[in-house]
Amino acid sequence: MMDFAHWLPIIWGVILIAAISIYVVLDGFDLGIGMLFALERDRTRRDVMVSTIAPVWDGNETWMVLGGAVLYGVFPGAYATLLPAFYLPIIVMLASLIFRGVAFEFRVMTRGTVRERHWDFGFMAGSALAAFCQGTILGGVIQGVSVTDGAFSGSAFDWMTPFGILCGLSVMCGYALLGATWLVWRTTGQLEAACRHWAARLAVGLFAGIVAVSLWTPFLHEPYLHRWTDWPDILLVAPVPLLLVALGALMASALRKGHSRVPFLCALGWFFLCLTGLGITIWPYAVPPSLTLWDVSSPPSSQFFQLVGTAIMLPIILTYTIYSYRVFRGKVSETDGYH
Amino acid sequence: MHNAHDIALLLARFQFAFTVGVHIVFPAFSIGLAAYLAVLEGLWLTTGRQVFLDLYRYWIKAFSIVFGMGVVSGLVMAYEFGTNWSIFSKKAGPITGVLLSYEVMTAFFLEAGFLGVMLFGMNKVGRGLHFAATCCVSIGTLISTTWILASNSWMQTPRGYRIDPTSGQFLPDDWLAIIFNPSFPYRLVHMTLAAFLSVAFAVGATGAWHMLKSRREGKISSEPVRVMFSMAMWMATIVAPIQILAGDAHGLNTLKYQPAKLAAMEGDWTSEGHAPELLFGIPNMKTEHTDYAVGIPLVGSLILTHSLDGKVPGMKDFPRDQRPPSQIIFFSFRIMVALGMLMLLVGLWSLWHRRNNTLFTSPLFHRVALAMAPAGFLALLCGWVTTEVGRQPWTVYGLLRTADSVSPVVLSSMVVSMTIFVIVYIFVFGSGLGILVRMLGHEPKEGESNPDPAQAPEILAIRTHPAVVNASTGKGA
Repeated sequence: MMDFAHWLPIIWGVILIAAISIYVVLDGFDLGIGMLFALERDRTRRDVMVSTIAPVWDGNETWMVLGGAVLYGVFPGAYATLLPAFYLPIIVMLASLIFRGVAFEFRVMTRGTVRERHWDFGFMAGSALAAFCQGTILGGVIQGVSVTDGAFSGSAFDWMTPFGILCGLSVMCGYALLGATWLVWRTTGQLEAACRHWAARLAVGLFAGIVAVSLWTPFLHEPYLHRWTDWPDILLVAPVPLLLVALGALMASALRKGHSRVPFLCALGWFFLCLTGLGITIWPYAVPPSLTLWDVSSPPSSQFFQLVGTAIMLPIILTYTIYSYRVFRGKVSETDGYH
Repeated sequence: MHNAHDIALLLARFQFAFTVGVHIVFPAFSIGLAAYLAVLEGLWLTTGRQVFLDLYRYWIKAFSIVFGMGVVSGLVMAYEFGTNWSIFSKKAGPITGVLLSYEVMTAFFLEAGFLGVMLFGMNKVGRGLHFAATCCVSIGTLISTTWILASNSWMQTPRGYRIDPTSGQFLPDDWLAIIFNPSFPYRLVHMTLAAFLSVAFAVGATGAWHMLKSRREGKISSEPVRVMFSMAMWMATIVAPIQILAGDAHGLNTLKYQPAKLAAMEGDWTSEGHAPELLFGIPNMKTEHTDYAVGIPLVGSLILTHSLDGKVPGMKDFPRDQRPPSQIIFFSFRIMVALGMLMLLVGLWSLWHRRNNTLFTSPLFHRVALAMAPAGFLALLCGWVTTEVGRQPWTVYGLLRTADSVSPVVLSSMVVSMTIFVIVYIFVFGSGLGILVRMLGHEPKEGESNPDPAQAPEILAIRTHPAVVNASTGKGA
């Protein structure tokens, strides 16, 4: 039992990283499409962009609720430390997601009035700000949180550092890339062509962001540096940057050659590698640099009870989520709405 | 006394009350409306009558707006426990966090997963599967209600836990005891019925509005309008009395497990038999007296103990620092009860009109039904104020004080977040309400689309999202 109690937080750490990853890529392309409203002014094409995600965005955002709930139930020590630490960016992110979420309906319901423009703007700005806040929160976790006696003891703006802002901008760029490649896959004609063009530029931006963050991170804390340079750890981590470059090359060629699905899958691959790299870097900390997964976890009885439910429910959830995506599969074109 | 910490605590409480108060209206609306939509689609499939499909398409647009607002305001709640109540989260998270996770996994995903199919998918999946999707969404809202009320009830009447002596954390001992804690069944029934009743009066008021409008324009009201009004009034007639019985049972449960809350709800200070029921009064927490009290002798004992000489608790039975603020819940409780009685009267009145065949022709009754539009929601909010303010000064009743639950967040951050929430909520949800009211101001038309069910959802989809139709399968393109 002692052994099992030791393993439970590890299992949950993996589940949490998986839930966050699923959220990041799924809502990532939703938020990315919101940001791409800045580049696409035409209402018909904006409608197509929204139509590709309207039936699924709600489920995508639910992964974020799951992330919050798992943190709350399984790692309450982390939930109670990280949320006060990132109080302001979290509040701004939630407010932004409100604008983004209601804009799906409101921009259509106010069609033909001046308010339609406002909700289009709310959709774009809400998406951009939410993405930026998520990035700075991520950066804030990597650079660490001041903790005394298990509670947050820093100040309200600790997260606002050059590193945090770099992470915020990188995540914005990354989500926009996910959105653009998603639209390459799901749309046709002029919009698809424009998205190929944007995707190529965004990919360059994200690559630069990843390189900058990767080079900066090891110098934030001593253990991070050792994780990436010590023998034999380096054998474990070396494939990450190599795969990153390989996927980038594949994406570039797929965008040029007119593949519709490959660029999106490559972008997903990039996110997967970045999140894996992040996990490797901060392991075994839940709240770097002081609280480990075991320091912040709830009693084994809570973790076990929740694990039973998760083992049953997660496969079911994934099944009907995939079903729902399949119902709405295929390309969406501009003429569809106007017959 | 009023140092920065106290003000921050007060703001944290006010912010939570504000955000959850706005939020709760939307899930309540969704719970009732999803069930109504499932009934409408089921009736359409079994009877084949166009009017049920018309009503389904009419109300699903309102549903998509209300549900969206519920999702975004609910996301705030999932994180606000941590931002504002981190000590509570850390101590109670092993119990309440786990229950919330179960809610997400068994309910939120189910609702969200099938909402897309429900809104946009009828011509893609066929009638049977589409009906199944509607039912999944409706069942999802009910599962969600169950979990969140289990969690809330556990905070009111905690059971099945142990307290860790070093960390002060609540450790789960017995999950069945945690979930089926003493107040849970009563709260679950009372809340679910409240959601149904709220939607019944919102639907009824919409029908009443259109009948009044038709009358003004010298037209006969359309069939969908009459059917929705009639269905809503049946709901009021049947559910209002059941809800009053459920509320009574819930009150007795509160008397047993949270007597201090009950004393504060009643404005009673000394424990006595033959207690009066106060109709009005202003409880004064300082002088320990309810001023200007107007009461009916013996009825207090009768209601609370179902006997004339039954002993009811008084606030003086409890130390001053364990009394909930009676001056708030004395009134919120009375407003809720008064609205409940009004809803009961409207339900009974509708029976009388039904018997006389004047249900669709009485302008006075339609005006009353229109005025009752927010009655269910107001009663529901007053009920929540009563039970949550009545839980004070505790977050976990009798065990963890609200003052010891709050996050170590500085006052200035609290002020900023409060400002953001107030502005964003008023703007966004105010706009949403405006859109909803305008949308319901349009009359549902009889057979406005091709009766061929394969065409219907496309028209809905196009109206809601102009380009949602899929190119590869696009039958209607």
